[in-house]
Amino acid sequence: MSNQDLIGKAGLPERLYLTVKQHIGTEGQLQVAVGDQVLKGQALTRSTNLFSLPIHAPTSGQITAIGPHVSAHPSGMAELTVEITPDGQDRWHSLTPLPDYQQLPKIKIIEAICDAGIAGMGGAGFPTHIKVSPKKDVEFLIINGAECEPYITADDRLMREHAWQIRQGIDVLCHLLNPGHVLIAIEDNKPQAIQAMQVACQENPDYIVCPIPTKYPAGGEKQLIQVLTGREVPHGRLPIDVGVIMQNVGTCFAVADAIFTGKPLIQRVVTLTGEAMQRPSNVWALLGTPVNHLLAQAGYQAQRQNTPRLIMGGPMMGFSLVSDQVPVVKSTNCILAPTDQEMILPEEEQACIRCSACADACPVSLLPQQLYWHSKAKELDKAQDYHLFDCIECGACAYVCPSQIPLVHYYRVAKAQVRQQEEEKQKADKARDRFEARKERLEQEKTERELKHQQAAEARRQAMASKETQASSNAAAALDRAKQRQALDQPASDSGSNDRVAAAIARAKARKEAQAAEGNTVAPAEQPPEQNKQDKVAAAIARAKAKKAAQAAENTQASDNAPAETDKQAKVAAAVARAKAKKAAQAAEKTETSDSTPAETDKQAKVAAAVARAKAKKAAQAAEKTATSDSAPAETDKQAKVAAAVARAKARKAAQEASTDNQSDTPAEAKEKPVKAPRAPRKVNKTATDNAKAETDDPKAQRIAAAIEQAKARKVQKDQAAKPTDEEPGIAMAPEVTIDEDKKQRVAAAIAKAKARKAKQNAQSSAANQQENTEE
Amino acid sequence: MSLRLASSPHQHQQRSTAQLMRLVCYCALPGFALQCWFFGWGSLIQFAIAAVFALGIEAAILEIRKKDFERALADGSALLTALLLAICIPPLTPWWITAIGAFFAIGISKQLYGGLGFNLFNPAMVAYVTLLVSFPVAMTSWMPPVALAEQGYDFFDALRVIFTGFTADGYSLSQLRMGADGFTMATPLDSVKTDIGLGLTLQEATSKVQFADGFGIGWLWINLAYLTGGLLLLKLRAIKWQIPVSMLGAILLVGGVIHLASPDLFTSPWFHLLSGGTMLGAFFIATDPVSASTTDKGRLIFGAGIGVLVIVIRTWGGYPDAIAFAVVLMNMTVPLIDYYTRPRTYGYQSRGKKR
Ligand code: SF4
Ligand code: SF4
Repeated sequence: MSNQDLIGKAGLPERLYLTVKQHIGTEGQLQVAVGDQVLKGQALTRSTNLFSLPIHAPTSGQITAIGPHVSAHPSGMAELTVEITPDGQDRWHSLTPLPDYQQLPKIKIIEAICDAGIAGMGGAGFPTHIKVSPKKDVEFLIINGAECEPYITADDRLMREHAWQIRQGIDVLCHLLNPGHVLIAIEDNKPQAIQAMQVACQENPDYIVCPIPTKYPAGGEKQLIQVLTGREVPHGRLPIDVGVIMQNVGTCFAVADAIFTGKPLIQRVVTLTGEAMQRPSNVWALLGTPVNHLLAQAGYQAQRQNTPRLIMGGPMMGFSLVSDQVPVVKSTNCILAPTDQEMILPEEEQACIRCSACADACPVSLLPQQLYWHSKAKELDKAQDYHLFDCIECGACAYVCPSQIPLVHYYRVAKAQVRQQEEEKQKADKARDRFEARKERLEQEKTERELKHQQAAEARRQAMASKETQASSNAAAALDRAKQRQALDQPASDSGSNDRVAAAIARAKARKEAQAAEGNTVAPAEQPPEQNKQDKVAAAIARAKAKKAAQAAENTQASDNAPAETDKQAKVAAAVARAKAKKAAQAAEKTETSDSTPAETDKQAKVAAAVARAKAKKAAQAAEKTATSDSAPAETDKQAKVAAAVARAKARKAAQEASTDNQSDTPAEAKEKPVKAPRAPRKVNKTATDNAKAETDDPKAQRIAAAIEQAKARKVQKDQAAKPTDEEPGIAMAPEVTIDEDKKQRVAAAIAKAKARKAKQNAQSSAANQQENTEE
Repeated sequence: MSLRLASSPHQHQQRSTAQLMRLVCYCALPGFALQCWFFGWGSLIQFAIAAVFALGIEAAILEIRKKDFERALADGSALLTALLLAICIPPLTPWWITAIGAFFAIGISKQLYGGLGFNLFNPAMVAYVTLLVSFPVAMTSWMPPVALAEQGYDFFDALRVIFTGFTADGYSLSQLRMGADGFTMATPLDSVKTDIGLGLTLQEATSKVQFADGFGIGWLWINLAYLTGGLLLLKLRAIKWQIPVSMLGAILLVGGVIHLASPDLFTSPWFHLLSGGTMLGAFFIATDPVSASTTDKGRLIFGAGIGVLVIVIRTWGGYPDAIAFAVVLMNMTVPLIDYYTRPRTYGYQSRGKKR
């Protein structure tokens, strides 16, 4: 037996291979480079997050390589490893013990434990510092002195020889966890260890040493909890959920080392056993010691094994090593080299005879036989139904199976398959999501395209229809004209003069306003000169336009001997419109000038204003044209209407512009303006409608107006949406294509509409300017 | 150094399936020996016939299925089946009937279902039931105890009768079956059943010569021998206690209740327990792992079900001994029983609850 002698020293190997990640969690960050000289106990990596642990140089020497090396893993895969060539001097790094730990804040102690790189030494390798900082109250602190498996005697020897230090470690843990009870569980086949621990703990009556029956897998965490407390850890939960924390005796020893001497975890007790070893024993092995060095120490005789095999861990749950270069890691408790007689090589499996010996042996009360059937048949969901994932892979079932079925192997495969399936499913889900998103997008694009087509078709249809209307309305207009002439026969000089007065007033007003606007424009000194100029020019142009329009109206009026009433009405309307237009222009300018938004927005606004102006010009020209070319009284009407429409459009545009621009600085102002502005056009509208009987007389002009309006509206929407950032120049330019022809305008309108729609979508997605949207 | 890789655990308990099967055979030997002692060499010859055919058929079918038959034969399961079949059929049954039985046991009931471990029904019992239904006369022609037989017969007589139908002296099977009083001897169970059917009281029915010791000559001892073998199996942990205990318990309970209700009409439960194939059934047949329930609770239900059925069939059914029918019937319920008696897994609130 390996537990007869004192724990020996494994001695310095030629090279040490320190796997960077030796625990469950993430690896630490490398602190050293090839060629560095390191001292014993010097940290090679640094813990960067909660789940990473550092590793330390087990002796002084030089780092000769950092790279992949075969690891202590069932697959034997190569992992990042620091190779140290010892210099034989074994010089210690400076150590910082914390003997007065009780005076320190707990977090300091936990930090020290983490910095010492301590991970559960019973086998699983869970970082200890996480385990000792639980969120819940700890009722039982269980110190696991039960070996995980037969053959392993590392903990037995440790307890016999170092019970005192283990108790010190328990003291530290108690200080951290403040548990209700401390139970030290030792299997009843280790009387000496039990005695040693009892002696070490006699000063602390709270520490109860509990001999437990030796029945594999008594050392299993969940099984031990059940034996000691009668509690079961519910499926999918942790021991702390039933108020239990369990620490291995080796971990306690390492904690005591770290706190009282400041030594990090650089060595551990490893059981070397198996009949192929001449001197089975326990040794203190430096972490990173390759297995072959230990084998040589224990007198391993390869010829005793017909089939060479090495097992890291015990006979039940250990894994066979792929190479004897595998290094010792923090959770290595045993190296087993059995002879063929000792552990008979598994024969070929036979049929399961449903004897259910396996079920009787299973410590988790699974039905290994059913698990086996389903795992073998790849009925993974059924296997999971039989709680495949509650299997702790203890191997008890396979041990008793008379048909020599490697049951655990089947479970491992099945578990791997399930995990793979889940991964694939996740991948597939992602792919499906992507695909669906793409489909959706394509569909959306398609509907958009269709909508565009539809709108284009609609526009075409409208154009055709309006042509027709034009014809019919021409007739109507003729009729109207006749009627009006009739009306003219009645003298109505009074109203005529009145109207003229009104018109004059309106003109005056308009001029005044224009002046005011000019003044406004000049006023702000901080205004960039360029823009200022531009603004002034714009204002001037607008004024000129308005004047021109007014003159045109007057001209019509003057040159026409047509009935005064209509005339005057028209003039009034025109004047009002002009006034409004000016006001709007002014407002726009004001916004522009008073606005101190970033240059980009400014530019946008300017462009928009320019466009608006261009529109106004165009409309005015159109109006003039109509006015001059047509001497019919109704034409005046139309002119007025055109002007009104333009004004409306402009006003609205301006208002929107204003609201957009201002919205970032002064919401109050922004709100005010849209309210004011849209009201004006409506008035004009009313007047125009009231007065003009032959509304549809000039479809061309109307269409222009309509198109402009539409374009403007969309433009504004768009502006709002895209406001803070990217303004596509193309969009801004689009309305400028307002050359004489209907068609072009319609195209422009369509483009604008499309753009507007896009912009709206943008707006919706950014969920910004909701309020403005609704206001519109 | 190239190392051998294996999956854990690296250690195995050393009892194999073949050993288990052999163990069961050995434990049945005392009872079998007594049976030969009381009823002549016939049973031994039947075992030889059954074994040869069982192994031959198994090998042939495995060969057809392209499986390694040598290893499969070595597992001893076919041998055990042959033994059970030989124990059950009357000692001097013609050889071809036994051969057919072996074919049904191995070929149909076992290999057609997929081989060892896949058979739903106990092969030996399926074969016995099939033979009983197909050859009712031959299968109920049990020999009188040697001590009571008019014509004694030796090993070679038995051999001749089985293979030719006549002994060297020209006696036929039916002549051999004559009792000393000139009547054909039925098994005690059969006899009691017939007599009670004829209106006799239990007292009268059991006053015949073959009931000399109250249970029928030989049967008591044979049953006790099987009981001993069974206890040995339990001791060696080759079988679990649930099935025998619940089965025997059910027989005792149900038999006792009806016996107390009408002692004249129904035999005592002790008679049920110690006559016929009860002990054999309880320890060697019902415990066949493959076709029995696999959970502890399930085994209790399974055994109790067999016990109840045995009494019911023996008392009201058409066949004198009911072990085979009861076992086969209960075999059918095994999947259901297993499903509803899944043990509670560690960490789960109660059985069947998931997550
Ligand atoms: S390895 Fe076998 S015995 Fe152990 S828990 Fe899993 S099924 Fe149960
Ligand atoms: S122990 Fe082996 S043979 Fe027996 S039921 Fe379990 S898997 Fe089947």
